[in-house]
Amino acid sequence: MSVAVSNADPPATVGPGRGGVVNDFSITVATVNGSGSQTANNTLLRAIHKMGVPVSGKNIFPSNIQGLPTWFTIRVNRDGFLARCDETRILVAMNRATIQEDVRTLEPGGICLYPGEEEPVARRDDVTYYPMPVNELVQQSGAETRLRPYVANMVYVGTLAYLLGIGLAEIEEALAYNLNGKEKAVALNLGVAKAAYQRAAAQMAKTDPFRVERMDKTEGTFLITGNSAAALGAVFGGVQFVGWYPITPATSIVDNLSEYLPELRCDGEGRATYSIVQTEDELAAIGMVVGAGWAGARSMTSTSGPGLSLMAEFAGYSYFAEIPAVIWDVQRMGPATGLPTRVAQGDLLAAYTLGHGDGRHVCLIPASIAECFEFGGSALDLAERLQTLVIVLSDLDLGTNLWPARPFEYPDKPLDRGKVLSAEDLTRLNGAWQRYADADGDGIGYRTLPGTGHPAAGYFTRGTGHDEAAAYSERPEVWAANLARLAKKHDHARSIVPGPVTELTAHAEVGLVSYGSNDLAVQEARALLEGTGVPTSYLRVRALPLEQSLVEFIGNHERVYVVENNLDGQMHQLVQLHAPAVAGRLVSIAKCDGLPLTATWISGSVLAHEAKEKA
Amino acid sequence: MTDVAKGSATANQPGLNRADYNGSKSTFCNGCGHNAIANVIVGAAYDLSLDMTRVAKFSGIGCSSKSPTYFLGRSHGINGLHGRMPSLATGATTVNSDLIAIGVSGDGDTGSIGLGQFKHLLRRNVDMVYIIMNNGVYGLTKGQLSATADLGQKLKHKGVNELPPLDLCLEAIMAGCGFVARSFAGDPRQLQELLKAAFSHRGTAVLNVISPCVSFNNGEGSTKSYSWGKEHDLPLHEINFLPMDHEEIRADYEPGTVREVELHDGSVIRLKKTGKEYDPTDRMGAVTLLEEERNGKVFTTGLLYVNEGRQAFAEHEMLVVTPLVKLPDEKLRPSKEALEKINAKYR
Repeated sequence: MSVAVSNADPPATVGPGRGGVVNDFSITVATVNGSGSQTANNTLLRAIHKMGVPVSGKNIFPSNIQGLPTWFTIRVNRDGFLARCDETRILVAMNRATIQEDVRTLEPGGICLYPGEEEPVARRDDVTYYPMPVNELVQQSGAETRLRPYVANMVYVGTLAYLLGIGLAEIEEALAYNLNGKEKAVALNLGVAKAAYQRAAAQMAKTDPFRVERMDKTEGTFLITGNSAAALGAVFGGVQFVGWYPITPATSIVDNLSEYLPELRCDGEGRATYSIVQTEDELAAIGMVVGAGWAGARSMTSTSGPGLSLMAEFAGYSYFAEIPAVIWDVQRMGPATGLPTRVAQGDLLAAYTLGHGDGRHVCLIPASIAECFEFGGSALDLAERLQTLVIVLSDLDLGTNLWPARPFEYPDKPLDRGKVLSAEDLTRLNGAWQRYADADGDGIGYRTLPGTGHPAAGYFTRGTGHDEAAAYSERPEVWAANLARLAKKHDHARSIVPGPVTELTAHAEVGLVSYGSNDLAVQEARALLEGTGVPTSYLRVRALPLEQSLVEFIGNHERVYVVENNLDGQMHQLVQLHAPAVAGRLVSIAKCDGLPLTATWISGSVLAHEAKEKA
Repeated sequence: MTDVAKGSATANQPGLNRADYNGSKSTFCNGCGHNAIANVIVGAAYDLSLDMTRVAKFSGIGCSSKSPTYFLGRSHGINGLHGRMPSLATGATTVNSDLIAIGVSGDGDTGSIGLGQFKHLLRRNVDMVYIIMNNGVYGLTKGQLSATADLGQKLKHKGVNELPPLDLCLEAIMAGCGFVARSFAGDPRQLQELLKAAFSHRGTAVLNVISPCVSFNNGEGSTKSYSWGKEHDLPLHEINFLPMDHEEIRADYEPGTVREVELHDGSVIRLKKTGKEYDPTDRMGAVTLLEEERNGKVFTTGLLYVNEGRQAFAEHEMLVVTPLVKLPDEKLRPSKEALEKINAKYR
């Protein structure tokens, strides 16, 4: 055991030249939720990012407002591998209740910062301890009593800044950013961080090897959540109606819409070109979205698993009555209430087949901030083009954690409003049209909107059986023909949804298939596998229905591992059905424990199976 | 009762015959109260020269909810999900404020599965006419008791109802609705005047219409039967609707016998006293009346409560004047510069 408290040795004496660990470690900050640590953690994150060093953060928190343990993990990685990693080298142990367990999770050689007034119970010989004078510095700050728990977090910000070599200028900029430039708050917090920095410089002998050193790897990028990007995508995708009901972790999509729409989509008199309605439940949310979609507006809702279940009946209705609608499902752990603040990809099968009877829905699966932005708009395009429900399957990790991103690119295509007949069109057609006729051979009919102002525009929309002219029918051949056309439309969707992203490696026997927020972990796993002599190809699915190149990808590899964050291997099941001829090559690598997948788990799972194959 | 009537040969303002406001042939049972109501809707639309290309018809699920196909055949209509008509109508009318929205529901659709959406529709005051075809029974599933069935009501196969009924007019008033009327399918004249007035109301207008189910709930003693309705119907007033461009008609009424209520668009409801004093603008008076009736099994009809004071939902949403669905695409996508500003903010 070594407790480093002395006046000696500024940290600059330990550097890469002397065997330091530079820009490659992860930090876990253990706090109590409701203590305001988010500002502190995001400040560290942004400051490191601003130093040009790739960094990501994952908030691992309970479904609670105040008082339960919460962890924030920060991954610093010079190679840009920013998935969650299993190993913690630096622990900030601010939560007395979990300190014993937290110290146990540290890697040998790790360091532990803790409030010096509270001796850590679990001492380990292979860990370096740095006590921080938290209470003393907070009292010296002059902060009002109610603010003290918040500014206490600035003590670890300042101490870490000293120990790791994070620039105070970057800390100051990050604080100003995270506190929206509120001068008084910035001054108070920065004062505590600086005091902690100076105290550490004066009294701590740095004996550990961890350091952040400036790089130029984050130039032109910023950190943002997937939910912010999704909302911005919808704003620039022309969303007109949002019906929603609060649910973790989807709520921040609407929070962001409510922030940006008033700014960007009002006329000179402050009148809105959109409407956001907080509804009485998810049944009403999707009902309003379908009603608005029927009337011709680009409409969306956002929800998570339990809300998605409630939307099932309208989902089937939208499919069959052919009404555009978009659901953003920011997935969390299920079944039931599950773990509402933890991540999973368990809604895949439910979303694809949501509703009763036959029917499958177009699903988009973003894996990055850029795709959240893109799909925010293109989901609305696809819904109107295909006259159907489109479900976007994001998840808690992508949606609510900060991810690195390049600046958003302005959409280069006009809004796609689909096949809508105007009064002029109807005059030209002498009023002769049929709502559900397959006029163009793509399975998609033409629709009119209520209020079109032509006597022949009206038709009756229903969830019951109907013929091409939208008249009620129970005739078997009419029903069969209608379902066949809907299936044809779904096949057409296959050709216009975002295709997979494929990275082929020559002569690789092993293929990896994955989707969504697993992407960073899979990319890192590929590097690990390559390092052990197992080169891989990679296909990332971006949408359902699945398409042909996936079948070819499987056919071109000996074994294809389908990697996902649910226990049932839901994508594995869909891929098996999609590619029965080569399904024997598929192996499910699936796990669901509430955390984002890690590269070491993925590569370890693949290697274990590879060893069995070779044995 | 007969099926929806054939139209008259006389043309109205836009040159349409009454028959032009019909829908397809009704498939309700012979004598069903719902046919009479559908017929009244046709008549009211004809009288008002309602622009059918602006009308949107909404319904939920059940016998009542089938009716929108039987009137205003040239209009758009949407037969949604059980109890979910209010949300469909809210979405559609919010994005297109030009629509003239009429919803038809039943007592099961509104009073049971859809009670939540009904109350929230009224709380929001969505601009639409909401007709409840109330027969106290589930027809399409063959005769189960509904939430408006009378306490002690006997049904042939289902036994005796042990639970008190919900009064949907009372529910509407308590939810903040500013136009609440009760009527009877057997009194089409009154219903038609109420309906015409309802189209001029600012916000949701609820018409709770007792509409006998000849197949499952028209027996003796049922308060939802024709015979009971005819015997007990106690109109609060004689009602006449004068549209907004009406010519001033000055009939000689005895002082204190006529009351006029001006609606938002300048049209007027003229109420002629038939019996006791009643003030339809007195909310607590309406509540008291309905509470007193609950026990006495009295069947008062007419305009129970009217209040034009509340804004309709779309009004306090502060939307642009042009209906959202008619905005050109360039109004929907902010500029490239706006996105660059956002990019700069996050850096």
